[in-house]
This record gives sequence, structure tokens and C-alpha cells, in this order.
Amino acid sequence: MADEIPNPPPAGGPAAGGAPTPPPAPAATPATGGATAAVAKPAAATAAKPAAKKDDSRIAPPQKTYVPRPGLMDQIKDSQIWRSIFRHGYPNTVRNRSLAVLSNVFLHLHPVNVRTSGLRLSFTWCMGGLTFFLFLVEIITGVLLMFYYRPTGEYAYQDIIALGEHVPMGVMREIHRWAAHAMVITVWLHMFRVFMTGSYKPPREFNWNIGVILLVLTLLLSFTGYLLPWDQLAIWAITVGSNMARATPIAGYEGPLAALITIDDVKLVHSGDDARFALLGGRFVGEATLLRFYVLHCIFIPLVATILMAVHFWRIRKDGGISGPL
Amino acid sequence: MKDFFNALADPSRFFLIFTVAVLAMLRWREFFTAPKVALTIFAGAVIFFVWALKDPGFKANISKPDNIPIIFMLFLVGYFSWLSLYRAVKNDRRIDRGELPEEAVESPKKVLVWPDLVYSEFICMLIGTAILVIWAILLKAPLEEPANPNKTPNPSKAPWYFLGLQEMLVYFDPWLAGVILPGLIVNGLMAIPYVDTNPKGNGYYTFKERPFAITSFFFGFVVLWVSMIILMTFLRGPNQAFFGPFEQWNLHKVEPTVNIQFSQIFWQQWLGTSRPINWLMREMPGILLVLGYLAVTPIVLAKTVCKKMVTQMGNPRFLTMMIMFLIMVAMPIKMVLRWTCNLQFIVNIQELALNI
Ligand code: HEM
Repeated sequence: MADEIPNPPPAGGPAAGGAPTPPPAPAATPATGGATAAVAKPAAATAAKPAAKKDDSRIAPPQKTYVPRPGLMDQIKDSQIWRSIFRHGYPNTVRNRSLAVLSNVFLHLHPVNVRTSGLRLSFTWCMGGLTFFLFLVEIITGVLLMFYYRPTGEYAYQDIIALGEHVPMGVMREIHRWAAHAMVITVWLHMFRVFMTGSYKPPREFNWNIGVILLVLTLLLSFTGYLLPWDQLAIWAITVGSNMARATPIAGYEGPLAALITIDDVKLVHSGDDARFALLGGRFVGEATLLRFYVLHCIFIPLVATILMAVHFWRIRKDGGISGPL
Repeated sequence: MKDFFNALADPSRFFLIFTVAVLAMLRWREFFTAPKVALTIFAGAVIFFVWALKDPGFKANISKPDNIPIIFMLFLVGYFSWLSLYRAVKNDRRIDRGELPEEAVESPKKVLVWPDLVYSEFICMLIGTAILVIWAILLKAPLEEPANPNKTPNPSKAPWYFLGLQEMLVYFDPWLAGVILPGLIVNGLMAIPYVDTNPKGNGYYTFKERPFAITSFFFGFVVLWVSMIILMTFLRGPNQAFFGPFEQWNLHKVEPTVNIQFSQIFWQQWLGTSRPINWLMREMPGILLVLGYLAVTPIVLAKTVCKKMVTQMGNPRFLTMMIMFLIMVAMPIKMVLRWTCNLQFIVNIQELALNI
């Protein structure tokens, strides 16, 4: 283990040295120097104080000092490969547990420790965590769906049928759809919880705002995905949902004030160039819309959401972890 | 019995009952969050639900695959409203006795993320996976006939999470309900942390220390957003007509719509003259009414009831908060006007396609 290099623990002393509770006898500390995971190796053993005391009676036959042969697991853990991946011992000491979080890119989005009150399920309802979990489920199942689905008017509907009937373990579409609905619900409840605990108050104002954008993105993800099955439910829900863009003030051709934007009586905002046209790629929900929504759904929005989630989690840490009374 | 519930579900009554129920729950939260009372209400809801499922029409509507998540959501919103208020009431009692809130007692103690948090996250994930897989096996994802742009289904509805906005289309023009309103909701949410300067209640549940904030949020989220989703999903059928929960969805039911404009009420009913031909003159009363509502009300409030609030928050914050708040309250006002006097638009400038 990297820890076993017998350099003295930094200013932290015994605690940083990795002993779960600082041992009462200072004499013992150098020996434990972080060697908690692997069985003590000869180097560490000789460095131990008791051995050092008997320095003058070193004539004793060597076989008397019992050095266990490292087991297979220890050899693996001592290999260069293992040590290149894990920079800490088994997480059963404060130090190694902190390192487990700090030296792992995924876990380090967490703080090293959290308030006991913030850990309670009845405090966070785990709603943010569940939202993130559902997002991961969506990515995994979504990639599997993309293997089969082609976003064209000719194939889309057939591919959806095939996903249920011909593809082995054909519940991916179900999981994807229900997780999407569930994610909308959990993100609302997460916002509800954050509001009820007043967690948007300083210093977390900015993170609340990131959250609001994530909320919008979650709804947009759900909305763009709704079109992809290319059935009656899909196109008409999107038609109803996107009809409103027609009425955008100025930019929608049925919107207020749009009629005022003219050059020599020629209307500049019409059904062929207004906000709705930009959204749908046409005057109505058609194949161009399908492709557009597919790209937004599979690439653009998830990408933006992923980046913002990283910011969101990072800020939770930087703002002092889960909120608690000051 | 079923007729009774059908009658209750008339939009105005449904909305009134829902609003009163939520406000009553907040006002008498000590009573309503007592576990026995809450359990009784929950049991009542379940019994109603099971009983109602015997009705084939109700069952058909509820068990549309895409409507099932809404049922989950309703029970979850109910449960978590209870949980947050329950914890708030407990903390408020402690604060009254001069003790610290529960979280304040616990929070100085910290635990390591590994293993405590990571393990509970892991368990949440396992449970989540199990629920999802079971749900996915039991309930097929819906797939209707292939897309056909020439055949409009009746009713055609947006995805369920946008139905609150679609319901607003009944009362407002699309540019307001579909564009401005969502924009304002997002902006209003973003403004919350900058507008709410109350330093109390940061990081623990409480009601008494921030009654106005919590009541407004409940009003916006539970009363407006959630109840409108219920209304639009379960109570509106073909032609967007209203149907009680136990009423057959009849394709020929068309609600008679009488549209009265505010300009008609003002010039014809109140002044007894005909409406001016110039649109600006014609709509002037409505325009003044809207401007007055948004501009004068905050000033009047600032000078009277909310004096303390203004000194606390400063003018820009107060104005932002008040305008967001007034727009939120304008939803139910317009709905009530529609139901009671068939009022369609307060400002109705067809010339510019500008209706409010
Ligand atoms: C995709 C959406 C989102 C994900 C994945 C997410 C994830 C999380 C997670 C995992 C936490 C840790 C605490 C917890 O689980 O409650 C958290 C905290 C937080 N979230 Fe979100 N969130 C999302 C959306 C939102 C939204 C919509 C808001 C608010 C409008 C928001 C505001 C916050 C704030 C202020 C905190 C800090 C809370 C505290 O310190 O107590 N988040 N989020």
C-alpha cells in the first residue's frame, strides 16, 4: 500500500495516520502508520517500536519473528495494477474512508462528511438522489433503445413494435418510459423538499437556479421523447403542446404584435418562419420534427443536463453540503 | 352517491373545495398532521379510490397507462405535504418552548459519506430498480395507431405534466397561457431565493417562521399546478367538455360557450352606450384595469398592509415579489370570472391579436 511507505504522518498526527481511534499508547502509532488494509509486511514489522527496542538482542534466530506469507488477495492488492487504480486501503478507517470519496471522480461529488440531520430520509426524502438515479436509468435504457430505433416516418413506429415483440428482454421501452414519468415526479418533489427546508436561502441561491434549469430540461427531455413512438398519442400531444409557440408575441405568426412587423404590407412573421416553424422544422408535426426531437432528446438535452448536474452536485459540496440549521 | 361526486367535480366547485382544503390544512396543520387524522384521511382516500374503481368509466380513465404515474404523483404529493408539515409542526413546538429545531440538535454531528451516505444511496437505487422493473413488467407502455396527421383524436391533450398549462388555455389566450405564463413560472421560481430575505428557516422544517412563503408555494404548486393537472386529465373529455368522474365520456357533449368581453360589460351594461369604434378607446377600461391591478396594487399594499415587508426587503425585491404573486393570483381570479360571468377577455384587441 502506498500508505506504508514509512514517511511520518503529516501534522495531523495519529488521526491522519489512519487509526480509527487514536491509540492511547503513542508508542504504537508508527507501526500502524496506515498499514491497516494489508497484513503487516516485513518493512513495517521491523520498523515497529518493540522490535527496535530489542535491537541489541538481534542475534535471535530469524524464524522466531513470524512473517505471514501474503495471501492471493494481498498480492493482488499489492500489484502495480491495483495500486494504480486504488490509492487507499480498505475503507474502514477515517482516513481511508475520506480517501475513498476524495480520490474517486464519481464519489468526490459528495462532501467527505454530511450532517446527521441531512442524512435522514425524512429530511431529503432522497428525491434528488432518486432523480439522478432515474436519469442514469434513462441513459442506459435509452442507449439500448437507440440500437433498434430509427427516427424516420417509415421505420419509427415499426421499430417501437419490434422493441416490444422481437427484441429479447423487451421491457427496456417500458422501463425507459416509466422512469421518465417517475423522474418528472421526483424532480417536482425534490424542488418541493428544497423549498420546505428553506434550502434555497443563502448560500444556496445559485444552486436553486441551476435546479430550476434542470427542472425545465427534465420536462423538455420528457416532451421531446414523447414524440418518438410516432403514434397518434405522440404526434397529437406534441401538436397540442407546440401549438402555443404560434402565439409567441412578435415571433409567432398568431401572436400579439406579430402583425405589426411588415415591410410594405408584406408580413414578415408567417407560418413558414415563425417560432413554431423553428421548433418543428415545418408547419406541422412531421418527419422533420421527428428527427429534430430525436437529436434534441438523445444528444443535446442530455448533454446539457449532464453538465448542469455536475455543476449542481459540485455546488452542493461547495455550499457546505446538505443544508442544516446554521 | 356517484351523482354527488359528479356534482362536486364541476370545475368551479372542484377548484373551490381543493383550495379551501389546502388552506385549511395549512391553517389547522396541528390538527391535520396528527398521525391519526392523517391516517384517517389517507384511508378515506384509498377507500374512495377502491370504491370508485368499480365504476367502469372511472377505471378506464384512471388505468390509461400514461395516467397511472399521475395517481402515484397524487399520493406522493399528499404524503410529502403531510411529512413536511408534520416535521414543521414538531419543530415549531420546540421553538415555542425555546428549544432548537430537531435538525439543529443533530446537525453539528457529522457522519462520513462513506459508508453511511453511499450505502443509503445504494439501497435507494436497489429499491428504485426493483420498483421500476416490476412496474415495467406489469404495465405495458402505450402504443396507439400509427401517426396520422389527418385524424385528430378527441380529446387531444398535451403530455400530462403540461396539462396545468393546457387548462389555462381555457381561460387565457395562447400567448399568455402557453408562452408568457411558463416563462413567468420559471422566472418566478428563479427569483425566489433573491426575493425571500427571511433568514429564518434555512435548513430545517418550520411553518411559523415563514408562513407567507410556504402558503404561497403550496398555493402555486399544490393548488394551481397539481389540481389543474387532475382537472384536465380526469375531468375533461371530448371537446374539452367537463365530465364528472363517474360520467360517461359522451362524444356529443359540447359545453355552451357564451363569451362576454369586459368592454361589453363596461360600455353596454354599466354605461348603457354602444362600444366606441376606435379599439384603443374601446379597450381602455380593460387596459386600465390590468395596469391598475399590476401597478397600483403593489403601491397600495406597500403603503398599507405590507409596510414592514417593504422596509425589510427594499423596493425592487418587493415589486418583483408582488408582481409575480399578483400574476399567480390572477389565475384563479380569471377562472372565477369565467365561471361566474362568462367573461372571456378583459382586454380584447383582435386588431393586434392581443387578448388578456
Ligand atoms: C435533474 C434534476 C435534479 C437532480 C438530479 C438533482 C440532484 C440533487 C441532489 C442529489 C441533491 C442532494 C440532496 C438531495 O438529494 O435532496 C440536490 C440538492 C439540491 N437541489 Fe437538486 N436536483 C435536481 C433538480 C433540482 C431542482 C429542480 C431544484 C430547485 C428548483 C434543485 C435545487 C437543489 C438545492 C437548492 C439543493 C441543495 C439542498 C440542500 O443543501 O439541502 N435541484 N439536488
